[in-house]
Amino acid sequence: MRVNFTVNGRRQEADDVWEGESLLYVLRERMGLPGSKNACEQGECGSCTVRLDGIPVCSCLVAAGQVEGREVVTVEGLADYAKQRAEHGSCGTGACGTSVDEAKGWQAKPLDSQTGEGTQLAPIQQAFIDAGAVQCGFCTPGLLVAADEMLEHNPTPSDADIREALSGNLCRCTGYEKIMDAVRLAAARQGEAV
Amino acid sequence: MDFLRPASWEEALAAKAEHPTAVPIAGGTDVMVEINFDHRRPEYLLDLNRIGDLYEWEVGADSVRLGASVPYTRIMENLRGELPGLSLASHTVASPQIRNRGGVGGNLGTASPAGDAHPALLAAGAEVEAESVRGTRLIPIDEFYTGVKRNALAPDELIRAVHIKKADGPQQYSKVGTRNAMVIAVCAFGLALHPATRTVRTGIGSAAPTPVRAKAAEEFLNAALDEGGFWESGKIITPSVAKQFADLCAAACNPIDDVRGTASYRRHAVGIMARRTLTWTWESYRGTAAPTEGVA
Amino acid sequence: MSDISAKGAPIGTPTKVTQGSQTKGGIGESTLRPDGTLKVTGEFAYSSDMWHEDMLWGQILRSTVAHAEIVSIDTVEALKTPGVYAVMTYDDLPTDVKNYGLEIQDTPVLAHGKVRHHGEPVAIVAADHPETARRAAAKIKVEYRELPVITDELSATAPDAILIHEGRDDHHIGHVPHPNIVHRQPIIRGDVAAARERADFIVEGEYTFGMQDQAFLGPESGLAVPAEDGGVDLYIATQWLHSDLRQIAPVLGLPEDKVRMTLSGVGGAFGGREDLSMQIHACLLALRTGKPVKIVYNRFESFFGHVHRHPAKLYYEHGATKDGKLTHLKARIVLDGGAYASASPAVVGNASSLGAGPYVIDDVDIEAIALYTNNPPCGAMRGFGAVQACFAYEAQMDKLADKVGMDRVAFRQLNAMEQGTIMPTGQPVDSPAPVAELLRRVKAMPMPPEQQWLAAGEAADVRQLPGGLSNTTHGEGVVRGVGYAVGIKNVGFSEGFDDYSTAKVRMEVVGGEAVATVHTAMAEVGQGGVTVHAQIARTELGVTQVTINPADTQVGSAGSTSASRQTYVTGGAVKNSCELVREKVLEMGRRKLGTYHPAWATAELLLEGGKVVTDGGEVLADLADVLEGEAVEIEAEWRHRPTEAFDLRTGQGFGHVQYTFAAHRAVVEVDTELGLVKVIELACAQDVGKALNPLSVIGQIQGGTTQGLGVAVMEEIIVDPKTAKVRNPSFTDYLIPTILDTPTIPVDVLELADEHAPYGLRGIGEAPTLSSTPAVLAAIRNATGLELNRTPVRPEHLTGT
Repeated sequence: MRVNFTVNGRRQEADDVWEGESLLYVLRERMGLPGSKNACEQGECGSCTVRLDGIPVCSCLVAAGQVEGREVVTVEGLADYAKQRAEHGSCGTGACGTSVDEAKGWQAKPLDSQTGEGTQLAPIQQAFIDAGAVQCGFCTPGLLVAADEMLEHNPTPSDADIREALSGNLCRCTGYEKIMDAVRLAAARQGEAV
Repeated sequence: MDFLRPASWEEALAAKAEHPTAVPIAGGTDVMVEINFDHRRPEYLLDLNRIGDLYEWEVGADSVRLGASVPYTRIMENLRGELPGLSLASHTVASPQIRNRGGVGGNLGTASPAGDAHPALLAAGAEVEAESVRGTRLIPIDEFYTGVKRNALAPDELIRAVHIKKADGPQQYSKVGTRNAMVIAVCAFGLALHPATRTVRTGIGSAAPTPVRAKAAEEFLNAALDEGGFWESGKIITPSVAKQFADLCAAACNPIDDVRGTASYRRHAVGIMARRTLTWTWESYRGTAAPTEGVA
Repeated sequence: MSDISAKGAPIGTPTKVTQGSQTKGGIGESTLRPDGTLKVTGEFAYSSDMWHEDMLWGQILRSTVAHAEIVSIDTVEALKTPGVYAVMTYDDLPTDVKNYGLEIQDTPVLAHGKVRHHGEPVAIVAADHPETARRAAAKIKVEYRELPVITDELSATAPDAILIHEGRDDHHIGHVPHPNIVHRQPIIRGDVAAARERADFIVEGEYTFGMQDQAFLGPESGLAVPAEDGGVDLYIATQWLHSDLRQIAPVLGLPEDKVRMTLSGVGGAFGGREDLSMQIHACLLALRTGKPVKIVYNRFESFFGHVHRHPAKLYYEHGATKDGKLTHLKARIVLDGGAYASASPAVVGNASSLGAGPYVIDDVDIEAIALYTNNPPCGAMRGFGAVQACFAYEAQMDKLADKVGMDRVAFRQLNAMEQGTIMPTGQPVDSPAPVAELLRRVKAMPMPPEQQWLAAGEAADVRQLPGGLSNTTHGEGVVRGVGYAVGIKNVGFSEGFDDYSTAKVRMEVVGGEAVATVHTAMAEVGQGGVTVHAQIARTELGVTQVTINPADTQVGSAGSTSASRQTYVTGGAVKNSCELVREKVLEMGRRKLGTYHPAWATAELLLEGGKVVTDGGEVLADLADVLEGEAVEIEAEWRHRPTEAFDLRTGQGFGHVQYTFAAHRAVVEVDTELGLVKVIELACAQDVGKALNPLSVIGQIQGGTTQGLGVAVMEEIIVDPKTAKVRNPSFTDYLIPTILDTPTIPVDVLELADEHAPYGLRGIGEAPTLSSTPAVLAAIRNATGLELNRTPVRPEHLTGT
């Protein structure tokens, strides 16, 4: 079957999609967006978290056919998504209703150097690097999408709030302490910026 | 495999009538796991995401008509007052991402004894609105679960909504898992006080082939509260009554040993949860103690 | 086949990363990961992200039973499936080499005549879509004739036991008491019988350690691309490229230089990628079809696709005098190695040689064995034999302290080893061993506040309570407990293994600035080796810009990313190659500029800030002027001091190159009625010798601590004892800690240099995994008063149900 939807502000079309394919597979294998990760494919790890019409979901459990006509933001589009949010104000609900024309302005761009140094990052992405929250990094994309969404509607989370919001994202490397640090750091920087 | 994408409820019913083996998919949190792990290859997937009605709810005088696809997150956020037991149950469902997608319709459709919503629905009192091209019927929740992962739906029927009695008293929900988040129930327990009718209802999950009520426990407690004039006086429930209630709840279980827990632990845990939830709801009913429903 | 190379490298091919630094960026600084930006933007390519035009998908058909003869395999229907390019079984293997293995080549690439465990690979399929490959694999008909299963020591060593492997000819068969025992290592020192006489108190215990899974998040995966020269390019997530290569090439019938391996992004490892998984299968299919083949396990398959931590039974007897001195230790450790040897012999070596723990015990009699059974194969996992032993000896220490009537920490401190202590192997501990001090530090940390679930207000915050969001208690039945534990782990490969790493370092001037390039085959699996390599290059070569080349087999072996060894050994190799480069650069300087300043000949010269300086700080030259257009490049091997094998009868020998120590204090809250546990805090103190990157060090300690927590309270692969089949191969039923299960983990880092190691550093990755588990168990025992001789603890154990 054919599926059309918007990914990171860009209209995409996938052809010859097998009916049992997940959104995750289509993103990774058909659209060249492997940032969303395939750690469990059963909704138990959060590594594949994307925003579907603004709402964080496990893309492994969304059938490809279900995203017809809908908007998806992946980790590859997170920096631009955050930039747009900063420029146009927080929408509060997470469902910002960005128009396609508007969204075209923030499609993910290729990196400008081999390490990506100089790349514009979302505050949560920078905080993950700065706090040492990245080890193997396989859980990182999903955590970033989930944490960014939490900070969007809860800019001053308690530790318990952070833990609850991220309780659907497994990490095997860090013991979560540096991830807590990163989210606290992003929240603090967000507070300073306002 | 065919992917059917009805744009309206009528189209969905027609599709289901034409293809009774079609597997409805809404949040996908059960169906997609089975597909990803090659446990299931349905001939047709019937996508319900485009049917907006299923994501809506109406609060009526006595009940809430909850669309089958209303995500658990929305229930937690919007219906805590009307459906406190189901809200607490919703909060125990898997992870935030899953709660953003999954709804009660999926729990009912799958009818796994471990579905988190079932004990809350049983305790609150509910009817499942099932519809087909032949018409609509309301299935009392007590008659809905017919076996392990089996329910009372006809092959051509879809779940449109569930009508849940609005809380007329405190409700509680408790679930045991071996992890502090994102865990399938080893067993679960729901309790609702219904001061208007001076009755108590229960629901037990994951401790029998189907979700069940502890009817003998309810009858015992109803009688004890009535005879002791507890509803009027708001006295503390005596420990012996609470214990008897807990024991009867445990006795209502018919569990198995599996990788998640032993049968005897499940019985034991249901008894503990029954006693605790009775204490919390009763303290709440008495209105004297500090808030006990728990926060998160 | 010729069109393939024309299409160029696959998408996701690793590229070099270059990192500058605002500061000196050398060792001791918490510089940030050079791959950090790539990892947070989703651009970093893991092995499962590899993609090639026209690639096929590989699928493995695995055995549905644990022990059976294969009567027949019928692939006809599978081959007929449209979109299927190849179906291969044992009969299609191209050479006489049909087995592989880390130490003993006992593992069939594809099952031959027999399967020995549930989930063993039987056939492989390549097709144009993963679903096509799955459907085709499902059409392969395998007829099994089931055999009785061997699942424990009793069934394995029964006189009439079926042999898991007939006709063993490996180097352990000569000294094992039964062919179903892979390896046996006794450690005997002193006179236990006499020492036992001096004991005023004796405690015995029998302990059970469950089977833990590494549960790395990135599934086994890779892409094999056939090359024009008949060879194959393999992009793979592994812990040791060259070890894989040594096992892969003979099966393919190719010389090693025709199997070109490149490390793809690795989504965690923890020992689970030490053995091969899909490497050979992908290469076989690629060579057979002439097309690139990608294989990605799903989580279900991952549970069958790698070895696990050995479950163990441990029998311990300790004695102590009434003033609290340990008299003796008798121990027997039975590790279940499952169907294939994997790393079992080395795990036996560790379990036995470290079985006494970090204590002074002169009279010791330890025996460790690993069994062959029909259970899932077990091998390397973080802690590697030392974990199981630590669980047992730390439980013993608590019991013995109680009997003697001493404080449990004080008892440990009284018996703690220190530098100079003689190990049960006869080896003196020749670097700092601050066991008592670690215990003191961890005990001195402030205790977490009580009843934190009430901190937010009147109502109980269930997130802070056992059961969490499941709302099982608002404080009822909740009892706090505190427990302590300490452990000892070896660093690096032991028992005489030639443990070395290779590093190629290049220095040149680019854009007027001296820059360094580091090329090793070290597997970056998340630990931060690439960060540290850049730091070492900056420290040794005085540059700021460092380029890290992708790890591949174009450079010599870097050994495995395991045994807490990479910073020590490959870090040591990078340091060594940098020093050699520096020597050459200084030679060039002396040659070119030596006549301008006498200090070229007389002073100790360093490279700093892009310049040649004297140890007094005087600048002699700019590196750009020394190097001019030339590049200096050195590839060299570096090895730590040699170790020796343990004597097969007495276990005596200089077996380990370095020891590493960590201590934990666990604070738990247990819902004693429901048997649910919440760990409130897991404080750790660890000696790291020298923290090359303090931020990474703490990250390693916290991560290791959490894996120890997992196996204390939830993680276990459950194998049916009747069928030897795995019952919970999924993340629904194999649970690892979420962020709501993981407590705050304060870390106190001690830095006492080991003079034998580069920069005085100590390998750190594994030690925190050891003591975490027994500390949590001790805390639960403290809260409940139960004996709890098994891990993980289940609610059933805490409620007597």
